[in-house]
Amino acid sequence: MDAKDIYAALEKQFPGKVSEFKGEILEPYLSVDGASIVEVCRYLRDSAGLNFAVLSDLTALDWPKEEKIQVVYHLFSYSHNHQIVLKVDLPRANPKIATVEGVWKVANWFEREVYDLFGVIFEGHSDLRRIMLPEDWVGYPLRKDYVEEEEYDGISTQRAPLVEKLLR
Amino acid sequence: MKPLINSLPETVFTTKVDDILNWGRASSQWYMLFGLACCAIELMQTGGPRADLDRFGAVPRATPRQSDLMIVAGTLTYKMAKRTKLLYDQMPDPKYVISMGSCANCGGLFQLAYSVCKGVDKIVPVDVYVPGCPPRPEALTEGLLRIQDKMMRERWLVKPSRPVEEGAGA
Repeated sequence: MDAKDIYAALEKQFPGKVSEFKGEILEPYLSVDGASIVEVCRYLRDSAGLNFAVLSDLTALDWPKEEKIQVVYHLFSYSHNHQIVLKVDLPRANPKIATVEGVWKVANWFEREVYDLFGVIFEGHSDLRRIMLPEDWVGYPLRKDYVEEEEYDGISTQRAPLVEKLLR
Repeated sequence: MKPLINSLPETVFTTKVDDILNWGRASSQWYMLFGLACCAIELMQTGGPRADLDRFGAVPRATPRQSDLMIVAGTLTYKMAKRTKLLYDQMPDPKYVISMGSCANCGGLFQLAYSVCKGVDKIVPVDVYVPGCPPRPEALTEGLLRIQDKMMRERWLVKPSRPVEEGAGA
């Protein structure tokens, strides 16, 4: 199915919940209202003409000027060989969204990664812990305003100036 | 490396006790397998038939408790840094560390990243730094020979608790 048709089907099913469709690009995307993301995802997976069986990626973007964090869902269908990207805008101060773990099980690890690096809280997630960074890490490193700590667990994070290092 | 002096040809060797002990240690450095990133590929090549670290008596061990030498090959992250310290502490004394490649030396290409430790020397004392990204097997072999030189200069019978390097403090 064409991206335009996918958008039309969603608009018909969820009037007012989907918007900002952009189709004339390599990976067409549309915006989804954060509150209805689980219903939209379940519809995309189960609906006969759509069959998005795969969540190929779930990631996020940080937009400090717009005061928002954007969670991005990359969906793919093996049976129909079509794809679509969903974007959800969340407030930067308190980013919270329902988990899609119940729709695609792989979302468990993807959401943990987004939580780890962006600090997005996925409500209803079965095991929301850091997945890559150590568990006692402070802050969310992929946010644009992240500042590295002076030291981590007694290990200095400071680099020796290059000249000093050469003279040593 | 000439600790053995052939003073009476074809009958007997004479040497110093320190020298023969060091000669034995330097010729049987068991290194711990510690590949963290792409440098590990070169580490494997160094242990392979072409560079062949085995001819210096250096064989890989899979456990720190049987190792004399830790070759830190690759990018060290903070998460791994704690484990590195733990593994280093498990090695029996005397122990040596080779920092292999730019990442282990100073963080290298990834030193601006939030998750990468700026050099393995922030965690454990390093004896030899091998530069390169990654270093060729010849370079790592040279590093191993430098460790051998260091071992040969140590004096154990002077003070049992602490090795004294020849010429140091004189």
